[in-house]
Formats: sequence, C-alpha cells, structure tokens
Amino acid sequence: MAQLRVSSAVIRIILLFVLLPFSSITAAQALDLADWSALEREARGETVYFNAWGGEPRINSYLNWVADILEQRFDINLQHVKVADISEAVSKIVAERQSSNDADGSIDLMWINGENFAALKENNLLFGPWAEEQPNFKLVNADRFPEMREDFTVPTVGFESPWTRSQLVFYHDSRWLAEPPQTIDAILDWSRSNPGEFTYPRPPAFLGTTFLKQAVLELSSKDPALFAPVTDNEFQRVTTALWDYLDALHPTLLRAGRYFPNSAAELRRLMGDGEISLALAFNPNEALLSIRTGELPDSVRTYVLQGGTIGNVSFLAIPYNAQHKAAAIITANFLLSIEAQARASDPNHMGSTTVISIEDLDVGARRQFDSVSSDLASASPEELSRKLQEPHPSWTPALERAWIRRYSAR
Amino acid sequence: MLRWASHSLILLLAAPILLGTLIASLPAFGYFPPLGSSEFSLAAWRDLFEVPGLTRSVLISVISGVLTPLISLTLVFLYLASATGSKLDLWIRRLISPLLSFPHAAAAFGLAFLIAPSGLLSRIISPGLTGWERPPDLLIVNDTWGLSLLFGLIVKEVPFLLLMSLAALPQLQPRHRIEVARTLGYRPTIAWLKVIAPCLYPLVRLPVIAVIVFASATVDVALILGPTLPPTLSVRILSWFNDPDLNLRFLAAAGSLLQLGASLLAVVIWLALEKFFGLLWRLWLATGNRNTGETLAFAIGRSAMPFVLMVIAGSLLALLTNAFAGPWRYPSALPSSWTVQHWANSLSDLSAPLFNTVLISVSSTLLALLLVVATLESERQSGKSRSTALWLLYLPLLIPQLVFLFGIIVLTEFAGWQANLSLVIFGHLLFVLPYVFLSLSEAYRQLDPRWAQVASTLGVSQLKSFWQIRIPLLLAPCLTAVAIGMAISISLFLPTQLLGAGRITTITSEAVALTSGANRNLISVWAVVQLSLPILGFMIALFIPKLVWRNRSGMIETR
Repeated sequence: MAQLRVSSAVIRIILLFVLLPFSSITAAQALDLADWSALEREARGETVYFNAWGGEPRINSYLNWVADILEQRFDINLQHVKVADISEAVSKIVAERQSSNDADGSIDLMWINGENFAALKENNLLFGPWAEEQPNFKLVNADRFPEMREDFTVPTVGFESPWTRSQLVFYHDSRWLAEPPQTIDAILDWSRSNPGEFTYPRPPAFLGTTFLKQAVLELSSKDPALFAPVTDNEFQRVTTALWDYLDALHPTLLRAGRYFPNSAAELRRLMGDGEISLALAFNPNEALLSIRTGELPDSVRTYVLQGGTIGNVSFLAIPYNAQHKAAAIITANFLLSIEAQARASDPNHMGSTTVISIEDLDVGARRQFDSVSSDLASASPEELSRKLQEPHPSWTPALERAWIRRYSAR
Repeated sequence: MLRWASHSLILLLAAPILLGTLIASLPAFGYFPPLGSSEFSLAAWRDLFEVPGLTRSVLISVISGVLTPLISLTLVFLYLASATGSKLDLWIRRLISPLLSFPHAAAAFGLAFLIAPSGLLSRIISPGLTGWERPPDLLIVNDTWGLSLLFGLIVKEVPFLLLMSLAALPQLQPRHRIEVARTLGYRPTIAWLKVIAPCLYPLVRLPVIAVIVFASATVDVALILGPTLPPTLSVRILSWFNDPDLNLRFLAAAGSLLQLGASLLAVVIWLALEKFFGLLWRLWLATGNRNTGETLAFAIGRSAMPFVLMVIAGSLLALLTNAFAGPWRYPSALPSSWTVQHWANSLSDLSAPLFNTVLISVSSTLLALLLVVATLESERQSGKSRSTALWLLYLPLLIPQLVFLFGIIVLTEFAGWQANLSLVIFGHLLFVLPYVFLSLSEAYRQLDPRWAQVASTLGVSQLKSFWQIRIPLLLAPCLTAVAIGMAISISLFLPTQLLGAGRITTITSEAVALTSGANRNLISVWAVVQLSLPILGFMIALFIPKLVWRNRSGMIETR
C-alpha cells in the first residue's frame, strides 16, 4: 500500500516536470550565427563537453592537440568525454529530456551519425540548424558531395557538421591468404574451403552491421527499397537472400560461428594473433596504422570489393539542451578547418579520411594533405572511389534485430 | 546523536535505491511520458518474452549466481579446514588482500588473455608441445554455457569470501575449539569442518548472498568472459538501455525487473541449498565420524587455493607483459621487444582520472566508515540490534546495480543536481557502505563486551571507552574495511559513468571505455594502474596494525 502511494506521487512529479514550459530552449536558440566574432566572444571561457568514442588512442591524442589549440586561440576548454558507444550519449540526452533538464545538458557536442542521428532528430533532441553557417562549411563543397548533407539518406538540414569520412575495406594477411575474395559471394566460397579464417563483429557492433548492409546491397543488386524507410514486406523480400547467405556462411566462420568478436578492435586483435586471415575495417588506413603500432604484422594488405563498398560521413551534432552552444560551434568550425583536417588525415596522428574537398583547395593548402601517402598496406584511391551509398537508417535497427533474432540464440 | 546517524544512514541508502528501482520500473509497465507513452500496459513484457534466447540468458545468470558462491565457498572452507596455521596459510594470508583488490574488469581481461586460444598459456606451450603455428580454433573465452565466466567469477570471489571469513573467524576463537575437538580425537581438517564451519557460515552469509547477486547480474565480467550468443541477461539489458532505438527502453526496464527476479531466484535456490547442507551436516555430525574423508578434503583444500592464486598471478602476468610488450606474434612465448611506449602514450591521460579515483575512493570510504561505526556504536549502546532495519543497508548489493542506477539519474535530475563530484561520491558511497559494513559489523558486534564493561566499572565514560578501547581493539578490522571499501570504489564502473555523466572519469571508467577499442597493450597499462591502487591500500591496512602493535604480539596473531 505504501508503495502504491509512493508510485502515484512519483508519477505526479514526472508529469509536473514534463509539462513545464520550454522557455529556456527558446532563449538558447537566439544565438546569432551570422555575427561570427560575437559568437567567438560568447564562447570565450566556456567548456565544451565533447562526447566521442574513446576507444582509439590515436583519436584521443589528436583531440588533446585540438584542445590545446582551442585553449590558446579561443580560450575554450575542450573536454573529451570518452564513451564506449555514442548511443550512451543518446541515452543520456533522453534521460535529461525525461527529467526536463532542457537547458543545462551535460553534452555540448557529439560525434555521431546514422541511426543515432536519426533517433535524436526524430525526437527533436538536437540544436540547429547551425552547421551550414560555419565559415569552414564551404570547404567540403557540399554541392559536389551531397553526402555532406545526407546522413544515411536522412537530410542533415544544418543539424550536423561533417567531420570524417569512412569506408568499408577488407584486409587480409598475405602470409596465409594471397588472393583474397573479391565479392560477397566469393567470400562464402573461399570460407567454405578455408573454414575458421574469417569472422565479423557481432551486430549491433557497427562494423558488423555494416557487413550485413554490404552483403544485402550486393546480394540484392542494390535494391532501391534499401534507400527508403524500411517496411515489413520489403524487408522480407530484400533480406531473404541475406539470411540464406549467412546460414551458409556462419558454420564456416571462426569458432564455427558460435562466437563473434564484439568490436572492430577485437576483430583486429584476432588478425594480429593469426586467428583469422581475412577481416574488415571502416577506416581505409586501419591496417597501415596498426602495422605502424605493431598490432598487425606487416604482411597485411587492404582492398575494396570489386563492386565497391559502403562509405559514409560521420558528423558533429549539438544536443538541444547543450549548455555551451557557442563554444561547441566554434569547436566544430575549427575541427572542419584545413589545419585540423590536415592533421587528422596524417597517419602519424589520427589517420582518418578528410571531408574537405582537396581538389578545390589552392596548391599551398593542398600540400598540407600530402602526408596521406600511398602505402602497400592501404587501399589505393582508385579502389576507394568505388563507393556504395548507406541504406536508409531505418534498415540498420531492422537488420540488427533480425540478425539477433536469428543468430543470437542458436 | 548516534541513533540519528543510524537512521540517516538507512534513509540515505534505502531511499534512492528503492525510489530508483521504482522509477526505473515504470517504463516496464509502459509508463514513459518522454516517449509519449503515459498509459500502463504489459507490451514490454510481451516483447521481453519474445526475445530470442531469453531463457538461456536467464538460465546462465541463475546458474552463475548459484554455482559461483557454491564452488567458491566450498574451496574457501576446505582451504581453511586443511591449511589453517600452516606455512601455506601464512603466505596466502599475506597475499590475499592485495589479490582480492584485483578489479573485476582487469582480472577478467587478464584471464581472457591467459586462457584464450592465442593467449599466454597457449603461446608458452606452442609450438613446442602442440605444434601449433597458428592458434587452434577453440571456443574457450565467451563459451556458450558461460563456463569461462563462471571460472572468472570463482577466481574473483574466492579471495573475497576468504577475506570475509578471515575477518569473522577470530570471533569464533577457532584455535580453542579445534583443540577441544582434537582432544576428542577428530582429525584437524574434519574438526574444522565440524566445529568451525557451521558457526562461521552464518557470519559470512550476507557476503555470500552479495556474491550471488553480483554473479547473477555482473556486467563487466560478463562482457569480457561471458557467452555472446546469447549474452547474459545483464549484458542484454545494458545494450537495450544504450540502444539508440529509444523504444527498447521499455524492454530494458522490463528486463531489469526480470534480472531482479533472476537474482532472487538464485538466492532462493541458495536458501534451499542451505537447508539441504544444514541437514547433511547434522547427519554427518551425528555419525561422530572422526577421520573419513579427511584425505580428500585435505587434498582439495590444500591444492585449490594455490591453483586459484596461480590463475590470478597468471592473469596479472598477462597484463604486465602486455603493458610493456612491443610487437608480439603468435606463437612466440614472449614479445619480440619490450617498450614503455604504451605508458608514454597514456601518461598525459592518466593524471586527471587518477586524481579523481583517489579523491572519490578516499572520501566515499571515509564517509562510509564514519556512518558504519556510528551505526554500530549506537546499536551497541542501545543494546538492541536493529538488524530488521539494517538489512536495507544491503540493498545496493541485493538489487542489481543496473536496475536502480537509471532511476537514480532521473531522481537526481529532478532535484536539479548537475553531474558533479559529490554526486559520484554519493553513488560510490551506496556501494562502498555495505562492504564496509559487511567487513566491519561482525568484528564489531562480536568484540567481547566485557572489555567495555570492565572500563565502565572503572568509571570510564562511553565516549572514552569507545576511543580508547573499542577503536584500538578494532583497528585492524577497521583498516581492512577501509581497504575493501576503497578497492570497491576503485573498481566501480556504472555509478561513475552514469552519475558523473561521463564528465568525471576514473581509472576504471577510462579503462572500460578503452575496452571497446580493445588495444590489448593500452588496456593492460590502465589495468595495471587500476589494480596497483587498491594493493597500495591493502598494504597500508596490513602495515599500520603491525606498526601500532609492534609490542603487542597478541593483537596481530589472529590477523
């Protein structure tokens, strides 16, 4: 009885807070994005809590460098909040929304794309539009590269600022596998005659889901339904071939498909330990970078499948309830600058692929990107030009859930 | 004043946990206005029971919840029965506290690298003994039935239960009891099992139940060692909580209530086992048997503990090697070169989390000690045990963390508190307090009341008798409690991450964040830092009584 009374009191408290007016939001949105120097003044002395995946030391130390520059030039204190998965930050924003914390959010800036962006945007939990007002936004040449305004087919409409490019690549240890399979079908044939040599991260780990998307794109010959919101009928129709494929593939995988690595990094470790000879990554430079740190043997080579592989852009977004929006925008604009992008693409630092349209730069600026050398261990630029578009984000959870339903309890 | 302390202690702990559980469970019945659902329904439960492999997830949680304490406690009791007073015992008592403090995540990671097909053991025996040029395709870590998870949990819980037993044991005056039993002709091991074990068990019962709940609901250990197809219930709940598809919140909330049920089921099964063993013991005692079974009990007791210690040492070795390893190809037993590069890379990242870790663990532990001592003292002075209310203190150990932490976040934000250090310290306090209480209460309650009575007859005030008699007599248990409390705080992940909003980072929260990147060398660096902190604490806890009682050999004899 006592418990019942408590719960009804709690419900009343929740209702009270949910129904509070959103006065603080309107005030925060009154930032004048046209007056950039006023924005810089407002940002001075602010702290930006930047929620970004913290699992990669190279990225972490790159962000340390960014923090130093921001401190010197803009008097902004950048705090990298390292999360294991950015969906944690999404959860955090939802929890804040739930408790009507509409102006003092704990996240100012986040590294995000795909279904996380779609979920936040759909629930109106993002600040914006702001991204296209940044002086450096023109560097990405969004007219020529529409992917800068499209996150997994969802228009970003200024709620996201491009940060890095990614593309699915495969890598193999040439000691054990000299001629790697060039198509999704060829991977099955090869794996049948070489059991235990391949595996992929367990969905919903994003690299694993990307493998599913790659497979379904290839097996369905890029069915147009994949680029529209998913429906039950279309899902059934398009993915039948995928499940047949995976049913055949799994028994030939490492541990006969009774175990899948939980992340791209664990997959890389399996390759480093010689457990497998074929793996995949979402950073075209991953093999090169890992060879340099000694994690992978120097016999590893990277390639792109014959018919191309999925590529996407990842973005920066600001939650609707961020406390330091001005400083977050200044930070995003700096991360998009030639200086920051050039350092990010340097394999000695972060080793990512830039979102800046290099051909549009003058010679001097272009030279800053020269450190992206062509290396044996990397995929060539020609290979990387074979890009496939991401399916609509609604396919991501649908594929993940179907995979989990089919394979997580065998 | 003191009575107030004990009441506030209970309120402080029980309120956020019960309210948190309640709030977190609203979505389980469909109530979650932020997602536009303000009507109660059972849809989440229908979804939950359609989750594939749910039965197996629950089963593995319950099985680890029952088998972990059963096997661990058996090993601990057989060990104590067979080795008390031996050279091995002296050696192990010295080692046990530091080894206990091996944080779960670090231990699990070390163990995984020890026993994996490409792990340290496999590298040592390959290719010489096995002919393996590449790792064998064997499912050892993350096996389907959670055996490596069980193994990891046992290895972690044996030192915990041993320490809890050692802390409670002196109150039973084991030496005298054994002497009596031996004069009646009982072999030493049998004497211990018949005379000490039945009295010791009630003293370690709550720690055992905490082990049940922990083992059935652990997240970090299960993430590293547990099955993946499907994972344990706790791991699935966390992934539902974190899923960007916000509708899975309902599922997560229902799942966490199911987790509560699974942990309860494990406890109920344990209580049934208790009855069964109680009966068995009575029958066995009644036989008057004095030596049958001694050889087997002796052999298991003597060998099990060194085995557990060797596994822990092996995991530690695996971490240390990796923390300094250059490139290391299978099947080389050792890295091709050694490097401090991983340390140099992490140095600048280490300082802030390190400072936070120390600050949070010291303040939460001292706060806990203060509250616990005040409560125990008030209980003693009023002469009545408030055990009916005090069971609330164990809530953080009896309700799986996941279940109430999410609710607490919502609660704190209702109160308008930003994520800050004091909130994290409070969150740690919830978990530190029960352990400090568990490790201190029995020693405190069982302390011979005649000491204080003698003091009173000599005209010494309650306060003076507290400071000059009880506290000095209890110095060693107090310090052990502090060391345990700090070790618990240092190893906490979820409370830091959730209540600190990721802004307040400790060594552990950073280490777990790195786990998703799984650079073995870097994780090892952080794990080594993480595990050396509590070791430091335990060394101090062991050293201070030795220093203070260097002229009082009777005071340290039993520790």
